[in-house]
Amino acid sequence: MTVQTTDVLVIGSGFGGAIPAYYLAAGGARVTVLERGPRAAAADFTHSMRLGTYNKIVDVIQGDGVSVVAGNCVGGGSVVYFAASLRAPSFVFERHGSLGRRLWPAALTRAALDPWYDRVEEALPVTRTDWPDVSYAGGVLAAACRRAGHTCNPVPVAVDTSACTNCNWMLSGCRFDAKRSLLLNYLPAAEAHGADIRPLHEVQTVTPSPLSGHRYAVGYTVLDPDDYSCTSEAGVIHARVVVLAAGAVGTPVILQRSALLLGGIPAAVGRYFSGNGDRVSVADIVEDKARSLLGLSRPDGSAYQGLPVGRPITAATYDHLDPTAPEYSRFTLQQIYFPPLTNLLAQAAGSPAWFGVEKRNMRARWRSWLTLLAMTEDDNEGTFGVVPLTGGFTRLAPGLGQGTMTYRPTSRTRRAWDRADTALRDILEKDGLSRVRPWSEDVADTVTAHPLGSARIGDDPATSALTDGHELRGHSGLFVTDGAAVPTSLTVNPSLTIAALAERAVATIVTRAADTGVALRRDVPLPGR
Amino acid sequence: MTGPDRRAILKALVATLAGLSADGLDSPVADAADASESWTTQTLEAFADTLIPGARRFPGDVVVAGAVTGPGAVQAGAVGLLASPELPVAPLLPAIAALLDARAVAYAALRLIWLPPTRPPFVGLSFSDRTALVGGLFDPDDLDRPIWQVMSLLVGLAFDTAGQQDTVEALGQGHPGLAWLRFPEPDPDGLWRFPDFSYGRPLADLHPNTTASGSPA
Repeated sequence: MTVQTTDVLVIGSGFGGAIPAYYLAAGGARVTVLERGPRAAAADFTHSMRLGTYNKIVDVIQGDGVSVVAGNCVGGGSVVYFAASLRAPSFVFERHGSLGRRLWPAALTRAALDPWYDRVEEALPVTRTDWPDVSYAGGVLAAACRRAGHTCNPVPVAVDTSACTNCNWMLSGCRFDAKRSLLLNYLPAAEAHGADIRPLHEVQTVTPSPLSGHRYAVGYTVLDPDDYSCTSEAGVIHARVVVLAAGAVGTPVILQRSALLLGGIPAAVGRYFSGNGDRVSVADIVEDKARSLLGLSRPDGSAYQGLPVGRPITAATYDHLDPTAPEYSRFTLQQIYFPPLTNLLAQAAGSPAWFGVEKRNMRARWRSWLTLLAMTEDDNEGTFGVVPLTGGFTRLAPGLGQGTMTYRPTSRTRRAWDRADTALRDILEKDGLSRVRPWSEDVADTVTAHPLGSARIGDDPATSALTDGHELRGHSGLFVTDGAAVPTSLTVNPSLTIAALAERAVATIVTRAADTGVALRRDVPLPGR
Repeated sequence: MTGPDRRAILKALVATLAGLSADGLDSPVADAADASESWTTQTLEAFADTLIPGARRFPGDVVVAGAVTGPGAVQAGAVGLLASPELPVAPLLPAIAALLDARAVAYAALRLIWLPPTRPPFVGLSFSDRTALVGGLFDPDDLDRPIWQVMSLLVGLAFDTAGQQDTVEALGQGHPGLAWLRFPEPDPDGLWRFPDFSYGRPLADLHPNTTASGSPA
């Protein structure tokens, strides 16, 4: 068998992988991208909730105390996410968490990251939206905010709003190519420069390479497209530089499995996992009150009944992002839509709350639900345990896995959630507009679509696995550029920050590649330019 | 059922679902599947009906408790979904039903509730007792909690998403769960579009520290 080699091996094709893949390929390196999931495009994305459709490209991974929703396809999270594209507020970079000192690298502030945010916003591109872009659901949040004395903003999105049909099937991938996923910018641009993207290639280990001039040997298995728990073949690729971007659930597990052969890994790998402080609630809106209190009405005569209509995220209030407020008290409250596969988690007013007669009655009012996401300051209290035999988790069924992460919310995280809950009630329960309750923790514990921090950047080797250049401490040429690298929860949706950090990390990766003899152009333009 | 048996089932559930052990269940369980298929179905239907209750299907229906009028998880095809080929749980259903029935026996014994011998024990419980028992399955310290979490998610998928069917087809056939939610209808080509989706007017003041791209400062 021929020995496979490449200059730069990228593991994962989401924001963390696609961005370095483009710059390195465009700079002249041989780039190979290994992606665990399948490759799909607009025509493959179905408007269907049949099992075997969406769950081919998105996974729910149940850990102990937390469930994570994660992309599983070429383009990673960008294919299945809701495209809310927000910069993290300045105070986030100054967070101390429970350590009592600054958690982000000294070199990183909001001002330092702004030029990289600029680039990503231009490359995707991100659209600044206005009130005509805000869905009925976002409108209810906005009107309720105003009535409660708060501001509310339309949320910028990586969506071509002129092509968007407001179908609300974003979790299934965009059928209309309106969502500006990585399939439409960085990834095709990387391929145009010769990058080799291999779907259904699940990386298992990263070990030292015996080949001259190559630092790492990356072991992978090829997954059966009809049953990801079956492996059809295995292989090894030798690389000069490795960029690990398998997602905050996948990345630490690959490093843990490789630890012995790598001669040890930083103690911070697989620790400090954060769910971005995500907290989902459902407000059961009283239609008459939406009309009488908020003055809302639709052309069909109803006041709201708009849960399934429009893009999933359209409005948010920034009023609880006061930089002078203490930690664990700041958060964004954002309107969001999830397909009814999450209906089980909503809680009715009666007992039992999440199942039984009252809950069934609440389902009859489903179109009047308003789903809300609070992104708060959590405590990075998650850890990863015993490594599974293969992959990042044990696959139970299509789209469902058992992960190795444990998350026990600390009192500080609970306090942050309580504050967000109170703020939501103040806005949405005022004068009986609705009844607000957080999702039940009985069925899936805490649920997050924003896993972060499991191999984070920082200045302190004891609490950060990576240097501020995203290099794994003690392992030259091995980089982590995905959500795992983000040191703390962000109080906003993380994709834009993950992307901006990946843009920023490219310079260090290029330097390291040059050290190994790969001659690279450095003045690479934005993709498609 | 003793503790070790429970643990064996949980292990088999995880191992078999993960495809690590194609024959994870030993033959006694497989034999039991043939003998007690209808008890398995009845127990699982009663479990699904406890989560999302529906009307009795016929006079004298004891499996569906009839706590409400209209459709519930059973009418929405929950047991059909559990047994569908897309999900590898089907071979485990007899063991899972037996686990629930064992819990029902223990529940009844502690409370001196008489269980009719002609029905699965869980079916023999009243709706309120089924509800209390099921609530207890989700105690964070319960060894079997992961089993009931997965089972509940699947029952929910049957009712809330018609997960066993294409959504357009399910709506066309009047799927009881989607109808209950009043899930919107697609365009004639089977795709959803909402030309009317916005109130279209300013509904709040913007935050004063909003950046040019619409982000918080």
